[in-house]
Amino acid sequence: MTQVVDRSTDAQEEPRDAVVAPGVPPSALDPATRTATTRDGFAVLLVAIRREPWVFAVSTIGSVLFGALTVADAWVLGWSTDHVLLPAYRDGEIGAGMLAAVVALFVGVALLRAVGIVARRLGAGIMQYRMQAHTRRAVTRQYLRLPMAWHQQHPTGELLSNANSDVEAAWGPIAPLPMAVGTVAMMVIAVVQMLATDLVLAFVGLLVFPAVIAANLAFQRRSSPLMTRAQELRAELSEVAHESFDGAMVVKTLGRESEETRRFAEIAQRLREVNVRAGRLRAAFDPALAALPSLGVLVVLATGVHRVGTGATAAGDVVTIAYLLTVVAFPIRSLGWLLGEFPRSVVGYRRVTAVLEADGEMPHGESRLPADARGGARLELRDVAYAYDPDQPLLHGVTLDVAPGRTVALVGATASGKSTLTSLVTRLVDPDAGRLTLDGVDLRDLAPGELARAVAVVPQTAFLFDDTVRGNVTLGADLPDDAVWAALRAAQADEFVAALPHGLDTRLGERGTSLSGGQRQRLSLARALVRRPRLLVLDDATSAVDPEVEGRILAALRRPDPLARAADASVDDPAIDPDVPPPSLLVVAYRKATIGLADEVVHLDGGRIAARGTHAELLATSPAYAALVNAYETADETPVPPTAEETR
Amino acid sequence: MSAATADPRVAAGGRVDSGEEMGALETIRLGLRHSPELREGLGVTLLLAVLASAGQVVVPITVQQTLDRGLGAPGGPDLRFTVLLGLAALVAVLVTGLASYGMTSRLFRTAESGLATLRTKAFRHVHDLPVLTQNTERRGALVARVTSDVDQVSQFLVFGGLLFVVSVGQVLVATIVMAVYSWQLTLVVWLCFAPLFASLRYFQRKLSDAYGTVRRQVGALLSAVSEPVVGAGVVRAYAVQDRTQQRIDEAVERFQAASTRAQGFTAFSFSLGGVSGGLANAGVIVVGVLLGFGGDISAGEVLAFAFLVSLFVGPVQMGTQILTDAQNAIAGWRRVLGILETPADLVDPGEAGVELPRGPIAVRFEDVGFAYPGGPPVLRGIDLELAPGSRIAVVGETGSGKSTIAKLLTRLMDPTTGRVLLDGLDVREIRQASLRRSVVLVPQEGFLFDDTIAANLAYGRLDATEAELRAAADELGLGDWLAGLPHGLATRVGQRGEALSAGERQLVALWRAQLADPDLLVLDEATSAVDPALEMRIGRALDSLMRGRTSVTIAHRLSTAEQADEVVVVDRGEVVQRGPHAELARQAGTAYARLHASWVAQQSGRGADRAVASAGTLDA
Ligand SMILES: Nc1ncnc2c1ncn2[C@@H]1O[C@H](COP(=O)(O)OP(=O)(O)OP(=O)(O)O)[C@@H](O)[C@H]1O
Ligand SMILES: Nc1ncnc2c1ncn2[C@@H]1O[C@H](COP(=O)(O)OP(=O)(O)OP(=O)(O)O)[C@@H](O)[C@H]1O
Ligand SMILES: [Mg+2]
Ligand SMILES: [Mg+2]
Repeated sequence: MTQVVDRSTDAQEEPRDAVVAPGVPPSALDPATRTATTRDGFAVLLVAIRREPWVFAVSTIGSVLFGALTVADAWVLGWSTDHVLLPAYRDGEIGAGMLAAVVALFVGVALLRAVGIVARRLGAGIMQYRMQAHTRRAVTRQYLRLPMAWHQQHPTGELLSNANSDVEAAWGPIAPLPMAVGTVAMMVIAVVQMLATDLVLAFVGLLVFPAVIAANLAFQRRSSPLMTRAQELRAELSEVAHESFDGAMVVKTLGRESEETRRFAEIAQRLREVNVRAGRLRAAFDPALAALPSLGVLVVLATGVHRVGTGATAAGDVVTIAYLLTVVAFPIRSLGWLLGEFPRSVVGYRRVTAVLEADGEMPHGESRLPADARGGARLELRDVAYAYDPDQPLLHGVTLDVAPGRTVALVGATASGKSTLTSLVTRLVDPDAGRLTLDGVDLRDLAPGELARAVAVVPQTAFLFDDTVRGNVTLGADLPDDAVWAALRAAQADEFVAALPHGLDTRLGERGTSLSGGQRQRLSLARALVRRPRLLVLDDATSAVDPEVEGRILAALRRPDPLARAADASVDDPAIDPDVPPPSLLVVAYRKATIGLADEVVHLDGGRIAARGTHAELLATSPAYAALVNAYETADETPVPPTAEETR
Repeated sequence: MSAATADPRVAAGGRVDSGEEMGALETIRLGLRHSPELREGLGVTLLLAVLASAGQVVVPITVQQTLDRGLGAPGGPDLRFTVLLGLAALVAVLVTGLASYGMTSRLFRTAESGLATLRTKAFRHVHDLPVLTQNTERRGALVARVTSDVDQVSQFLVFGGLLFVVSVGQVLVATIVMAVYSWQLTLVVWLCFAPLFASLRYFQRKLSDAYGTVRRQVGALLSAVSEPVVGAGVVRAYAVQDRTQQRIDEAVERFQAASTRAQGFTAFSFSLGGVSGGLANAGVIVVGVLLGFGGDISAGEVLAFAFLVSLFVGPVQMGTQILTDAQNAIAGWRRVLGILETPADLVDPGEAGVELPRGPIAVRFEDVGFAYPGGPPVLRGIDLELAPGSRIAVVGETGSGKSTIAKLLTRLMDPTTGRVLLDGLDVREIRQASLRRSVVLVPQEGFLFDDTIAANLAYGRLDATEAELRAAADELGLGDWLAGLPHGLATRVGQRGEALSAGERQLVALWRAQLADPDLLVLDEATSAVDPALEMRIGRALDSLMRGRTSVTIAHRLSTAEQADEVVVVDRGEVVQRGPHAELARQAGTAYARLHASWVAQQSGRGADRAVASAGTLDA
């Protein structure tokens, strides 16, 4: 099982090694990677601030308000002590006005401070969630834009992790940001007050700051490689989970639950270890930051006692400075929270950026097909070559024509490249050499969406969305129900759809789980037909339906308008346009019934077109072709019994 | 789980529990039960926590002491005393720091261990759920539950749970210390905080709701992203990127809105603490002054009290904050626990179950009926007996219930009525492990893991050597194909096997099943995408390989039926015919005769014309 457990895609290995090799102690890392983090952390924040300056401003003002009022609190306390408490004790009396002033001051400050808190927290939240939303939109847009080849190298689970956990990590520091910025103000005010109170004592107290910076640097350096690893493991965890749940049926039927769990548990354990190590760092960093101001207070007191003794400082000043230092303790901690988030943020941001900067988008041209073009389109392939692996050319020199309204059957052994050819026609991939044209226009010159308007493909494996039947057929196109039903009828799907509890509005579940294999395939066919494509590409699209239904589908496809109920019934069907000329048809098929529909049969063998002609011609001239399509009959030693019709 | 035993139908159709009706305390209790690590060494950790927070009292006490007895000592400042006190405080600060380090790192260890256990358990449980239950939740949402939902809990367990207990402790300690100074002032402080405490419950409910929605939206978001990523080909071929993006954007926005709402409640509930603090400060000074007139309290004591109030306010605010964050964590926790609370399979009898003897298996369906949850009956009154060692072909129109029969036969689901018997044993009484070893299904939707061919084959048999893998390929007639692969067994198959052709995927799935060496092999259209020549070759190979085993093959290509010992014809959920092919084909006007006629017509290449005729008659 080890090979199953220890899998890791090539795509992933690379960044992991580049940033930190697993198991290598962080101290062995390149210093450039280490020191980059704090600055990078601020750079990431700057991106957010630029993007959402107003929300940032509001939350920062809220936070400054909060900070200033916290200091004001100390001032109010001092004022109350000097003007109310001490005189009252000295004189044994105090005016009610003064007491009212105390209450008003404290409560006023507190209320304003509450406003500050709400502005700060809500602002930070709004900013954070907005940034997350921006990034998620950008990342998923990129998912939709990047070509199939990119997707084949990036497991779904990893992409989910990019869009979720990495985005969240990237913008994590926004939450403590306004607080940190606000408390900077608080810190400045406190420091200025300290300086104004007693210079010497203030300097002693301010020794706290260099200590804080040193602690932070040590923390960042050790923490960021761990965070990198943690985000990678999160992605791996998500990959294994997604894949395993996707293949749950196979896991179950083969009784491999325990092995799958082991695979998942192993990554979960590794993530645990990394998190515990990161946690230990955090556990050291936070109390260190908390202790520094306390130590400062003690030093100030020690010095202060001495200075009071020499008469250089008033006792009240020492109290003030000590208190101001405890006020500063909080900003320092909040700065710590911010800095503590940096390593994870930078890592998340880098991972997201890698997706955003991935190139390989399919270039599109500007050309359009005539808007009023009707009837079959002409497809031409000229010397087309394609290889997934440069060392293993798959298709070469493929030249093929599908004339308007004609049907071409593509026949070839398993893995001969038929589906690949259909993905070239629908431009899921571009050829390495040669060209494909539709009505004379190179596919690469067509504007986005143009090709899909003219060509519809029914893929070999039906893919349904977690949507209603209607949604799956129309894919959001504004089509009347009549047209949907007509397409369902042509695909022989009308009967079972009508029997569904909510008809067209029945939801099908993810990938259409609530349907049988043949039912899914027919919906996928209806999806293609409803668009009235000018070129219809069927990739073995009736493999999961029984011969009888298949026969009816093929019959419908042969009609001038596949959506017509039957040749004679089209008149009273509003969805049917009897004048629509038939589409061109490229069908991948093994079954003779399908092949029999074709005007021309093309035999794909060894990556090139080995033979072409009518079915009968090929049977006569190509032994390889005959062996392929006649396999069922030649295998059948028993004479074919009389069929129902013949006995009748 | 007992419910599942009582009514298999409920178990079979149950949804994955959202966990949403679980209360907060119940969630924590359940969470602790599922992750016993969380309780490990809790005593020591708590001790450290107490030590750490007690340490935070040191500074204000020192200030007060130094003020009163150091600086303000009668006869001038007492330097020696202050230094001694300072040293004591220094020790206290260091002890505090160490205790805090000890506490947090211990918490990290237990929390992360507990959560690793939890997510692994939940992951396993997803696999133990009945197929139908698995299908009630989208993959993306399930992934969210075992990944990001769990991550939410971590923060709370480390920085929340215990600190909350400590905060409450601190509030109590602060109260006691304050009471020692002045019970009157203490009363004032508590009165000022009373409204806050009273409103907590209300906010907790709101927050619980709000964060529940947030976690749900994360699941929805991941589902919205994963679907078009998996279906990337269709999205591109049909150029529906815009609509897809729009759906993702909606999910993104819903998540954003939910989070913002939750944040609003958080901010508001948190701000109340500050207001109460201000009130308390004012109260202390005013009442302190008034008490001072009576000589009950000294100015220094009032000042110290003002410091103590901040010791009270701090933990109260911390406590409210933790309670707030807790709602986020608990919302995530619930969803993970929800998985574990969903009744597991089609209960495995486990040790109590019987072992299926090895050797060809006899199959019997006794009056089996089945309906998918909330749907109409799909199978009705199926009585069927398949002789051990025979080759059975199941044919029928699409949607007639063939795959459903296959799933009942392999116990992916239990029948709604009747029984399925293997070698005379009710499948429900057979141990899962034994059943999975003897009975293998190659499902209609083949699935390969993103790895090499060899690794995929290991799912069939873990210990197979490379030579055995190759031997099995040769036996199946796949030797030539394998030899043609540039990387052979090391060929990577891509996600879901998509780097192979559809036919090749089926070959690997078949090969994998063959390696599992089953006594009953169920093939659900396992070669539907393989070319006719190869399919016939495989068919012949299976013929000899299946000697001494029972095989059930579902196929639309009736060539399979022609080769089978017996054909079972399913029509609209009922078995309408059975017998050898030659016999059935002669029974005119029957379902099988019709299917076979279409098949023969296709093979002779006259398919389309004949089909047009038959389509006409059926439409009429
Ligand atoms: N994404 C991919 N990456 C690498 N190789 C691929 C990829 N897709 C297909 N191939 C390889 O290209 C070859 C042709 O595959 P293709 O799917 O075009 O065959 P096919 O003719 O459609 O076969 P089938 O009849 O089984 O559907 C196969 O050998 C396959 O392994
Ligand atoms: N998970 C499900 N939930 C609800 N209904 C289902 C589910 N799976 C199948 N069905 C319904 O049960 C009926 C029988 O489905 P089944 O998959 O057994 O058909 P089948 O004979 O295998 O068809 P095919 O030849 O197309 O694969 C169909 O009408 C189908 O819509
Ligand atoms: Mg193919
Ligand atoms: Mg089926």
